[in-house]
Amino acid sequence: MIKTDVVIVGAGPVGLFAVHQLGIKGLKSEVIDNLDKAGGQCIELYPDKPIYDIAGIPECTGEELTKNLLDQIKPFKTNFHFNERVQEINSEGDNWIIKTSQNKVFISPNIIIAGGVGSFEPRKLSVKDAEKYEGKNIFYSISDKNIFKNKKISIFGGGDSALDWALELSKIAKVTLIHRREEFRGAPHTLNQIKKEGKVDIKTKFQISSISGKNNIESINIKNDDGKETEVKTDYILSFFGLIMKLGPITEWGLNMDKKTIKVNTENFETNKKGIFAIGDICTYPGKLKLILSGFHEGALASVECFKRARPNEKYRFEFTTSSKEIQARLGVKTK
Amino acid sequence: MPKITFIDSTGEQRTIDVQKGLSVMEGAIQNKIPGIDADCGGGMACATCHVYVKEEWFNKLPKAEDGEQDMIDMAFEPNKYSRLSCQLIVSDELDGMVVTTPSKQT
Repeated sequence: MIKTDVVIVGAGPVGLFAVHQLGIKGLKSEVIDNLDKAGGQCIELYPDKPIYDIAGIPECTGEELTKNLLDQIKPFKTNFHFNERVQEINSEGDNWIIKTSQNKVFISPNIIIAGGVGSFEPRKLSVKDAEKYEGKNIFYSISDKNIFKNKKISIFGGGDSALDWALELSKIAKVTLIHRREEFRGAPHTLNQIKKEGKVDIKTKFQISSISGKNNIESINIKNDDGKETEVKTDYILSFFGLIMKLGPITEWGLNMDKKTIKVNTENFETNKKGIFAIGDICTYPGKLKLILSGFHEGALASVECFKRARPNEKYRFEFTTSSKEIQARLGVKTK
Repeated sequence: MPKITFIDSTGEQRTIDVQKGLSVMEGAIQNKIPGIDADCGGGMACATCHVYVKEEWFNKLPKAEDGEQDMIDMAFEPNKYSRLSCQLIVSDELDGMVVTTPSKQT
């Protein structure tokens, strides 16, 4: 069991800055995220898109912002628990017991939920019977490409994953690449390479309409906008339609919810449960703006209440980073 | 105020007034129109405010930019009349526009 002052759910920008606000107050946090790296939506949805409304930073990309935030919290040597999702929470006295999908257990007086719009999952194929073949003949990511050797593969999507795998698998399998329009989102040079090698059958302006098979997929039907259908013999479907966000188990924790968001008290961003806070896109209150900068502010206020719960016998003192020797020591700043 | 009509996948119609300058998505959220999730809040980053615009209105809209098309690739059952409602800004010209919502967004 890992004992800590605060468990932060979500390693997006707001979760990362919460580490900072807690850290300068001398609180230790552990961060859990379902993705394999920090950054949340900034990294998953718009790593290259410039952001123009971070105070004091005229322009930066999601990737740069994440990197800078990670640099900023380096002094606190925070532990990150990636590829894990919080499954279950239970109260024990003034503490919360937090269990993850990897069966890690934390005990902490505070949980800060900075979960954005939920954890990321691959967007699944919506066609009938798709579920039956998932994990067997339908994949949303690839762990062992050798199973595709000499097989007939239908790849869906227009992004880099679809293009990269089409090119790669065309060396060992018969690949059909199916996309709903002529233009591809993925890197043009990959598409050019695919066309140059000429091994991939590219079918644009088509979408999947049905799957046929018994125990395994035998063929699929694809349809264009005018309703014209074509059969494609298929052993495996690879579907790359990006990620969606799902709230998951958070909805079962007894928190006051408003649709997909959690209601908070704006004094300290606490939810209806003592010691559980919600900040960033996932929280709601009158006037809420889903901005990164709002999430930074929300984390700062939540950190004060976290301090009071984690250090009930100490008095909280408001201090500035410019003048507090204590904060500067925590940041590892050499003072004159 | 311009009126926008949403038809859901069961055929039920809902007509709402949307202030000029707001997006169709914002109008839908304010009026709690079912079938518009808008997870990312209008950042063209999630494709959960996807709608099918009625043909006669589709051609009146400014063309979708590449970023919007890229996201529509990932939407649930897109077709040639697909748009992200967060990118459709309501104006007098769009008064009376009719859009259909997909049976689900994810």
